[in-house]
Amino acid sequence: MALYVVRRIFFGAAVLIGTSIITFVIAFVVPADPAVTIAGAKADPQTLAMIRQQLGLDQPLYAQYARYLNRALHGDLGRSYVRRDSVSKLIAARFPATAVLAVSAMAASLILGIPMGMLAAAYKHGALDNTLLIISLGLVSLPVFWLGTMLLVAGGLYLHSFPLGGFSGARSLILPTLTLALGSAGYYSRILHTNLIDVMDQDYIRTARGKGLSGARTLLKHALANALLPLVTLAGLDLAGLLSGVVLTETVFNWPGIGRLAFEAVFNLDIPLIMGTVLFSAALIVVANLLVDLLYARLDPRIRFEESA
Amino acid sequence: MKARVNTIEIVGAVMVASMIVVALFAPMLAPHDPTRAVAATYGDPGRPSLAFLLGTDELGRDVLSRIIYGARISLTVGIAAMVMTMTIGVAIGLGAGFFGGAVDFILMRFTDVMLTLPALLLAMAFVAVLRPSLLTILLVIGLISWTQIARVVRAETLSMSQRDFVLAARSLGASSMRLMVRHVLPNILPTIVVMAALSTSSTLLLDAGLSFLGLGVPPPIPSWGRMIEEAQIYFRTAPWLAAFPGLAIFYAVLGFNLLGYGFLRRQRQ
Repeated sequence: MALYVVRRIFFGAAVLIGTSIITFVIAFVVPADPAVTIAGAKADPQTLAMIRQQLGLDQPLYAQYARYLNRALHGDLGRSYVRRDSVSKLIAARFPATAVLAVSAMAASLILGIPMGMLAAAYKHGALDNTLLIISLGLVSLPVFWLGTMLLVAGGLYLHSFPLGGFSGARSLILPTLTLALGSAGYYSRILHTNLIDVMDQDYIRTARGKGLSGARTLLKHALANALLPLVTLAGLDLAGLLSGVVLTETVFNWPGIGRLAFEAVFNLDIPLIMGTVLFSAALIVVANLLVDLLYARLDPRIRFEESA
Repeated sequence: MKARVNTIEIVGAVMVASMIVVALFAPMLAPHDPTRAVAATYGDPGRPSLAFLLGTDELGRDVLSRIIYGARISLTVGIAAMVMTMTIGVAIGLGAGFFGGAVDFILMRFTDVMLTLPALLLAMAFVAVLRPSLLTILLVIGLISWTQIARVVRAETLSMSQRDFVLAARSLGASSMRLMVRHVLPNILPTIVVMAALSTSSTLLLDAGLSFLGLGVPPPIPSWGRMIEEAQIYFRTAPWLAAFPGLAIFYAVLGFNLLGYGFLRRQRQ
């Protein structure tokens, strides 16, 4: 197990280095001159040269990358060109709003998706299975930004029951949560359905049925735990994705999260902020991947043995 | 059992085909010119009425006609981006699975890195930097969405390359290229077809999302995502401006999803 853990951590770190190289490349594709972005178009050449020197832009690429990586490892992602504040501080300030929405959306997706998948599998080949398939495909096919807008129109404008945007307590959380959760619920129910059907085909399930257990009991006591495992991986990675900000939903609901921050960064060509948000998001995914792998290895001993062998 | 699987496929196929017909025959089907002010209510969005079934936008343009013409651009982008995605994904997956060893290791670690990057954020950054145009959008969507395809194709190729008929062809002296293209590829084609259908629904959504953020194909070409973006400021007074183009996106995406799942279920049997 220890070897497995070390290997996973090493692998995660290697992936993050790769990611940081790609983010660094993005910065160099940007045609905008950072010095001009900071000092303004009317700045004199001396000022521009000074800013370039301060930022280390006059040094060779590899030196710039080393400097960037070294600082990033110490939690310093640079300073936003436009907001003049440290990128880590900006991300930290936006994180609570994003985190609240992420956790609530994930909970709602699982609460909706798991029963849907179980029902569809329990009544496989029946009319209910078919209906649930269509419903879940429908949910997956909804464009989130449109769903969000329509929920705002229905819930905020016509029913007057919900605020028209912003983050102001529990009530303001409901519409954005639904916006994010409906699509994933459809997706999770499909995955769980497929997994359950596969698991239900296995010998140990047949044994359970053979000894006289009812269908529902077999499904709940024997099949569900195994069918839920792959869902753990997906949900873990999705949660990391949600935690790194959701641009479209945050835009529709004017949600003060990291997604909005990233969106503004892209529009202002604020390079450190773009790099910072991308790297933050990648780091979350890598950590989530690691945690999911470890959890998986704990829950399913076969993985530990295979990897160590 | 069999009839039901066909139902899903057929419904999906009919939905996709109807979209393509609408796109092809847009000039005949659209009641008005999509780029001209045809309503007298210039300056204010007009409610849906008998003359303008889905209403008119703030410039007095007919929403129905814009949606019909929008099918052209949205479907073109969706399908072309899918072709781009599939080409990259199949090439990388096939190469990794067939050659194995170091090639596989490098390609798959690259895929792992790409998978950690936030797709939409990356797409936004690239489109903003390279300026939105049809080609940029196709390239960017292709470059960020090939990873899943590559993984699946790699897995299929891996098992297919070890089959007896491939080994037999290899022992007869077939070149790697010939083995990949003539022996492996045709046998993983069913998987590729499923992935192509499902990938079209995700490229359609990605393009719509980019358009919604103002990073889509530039005006005056009406894409569905852009129509929703332009409707944002009117969502209090004229929600139909956003509602109908969204339904069009939903219809197209659902069509491809049904088609893909229909194929998938048929193969599972």
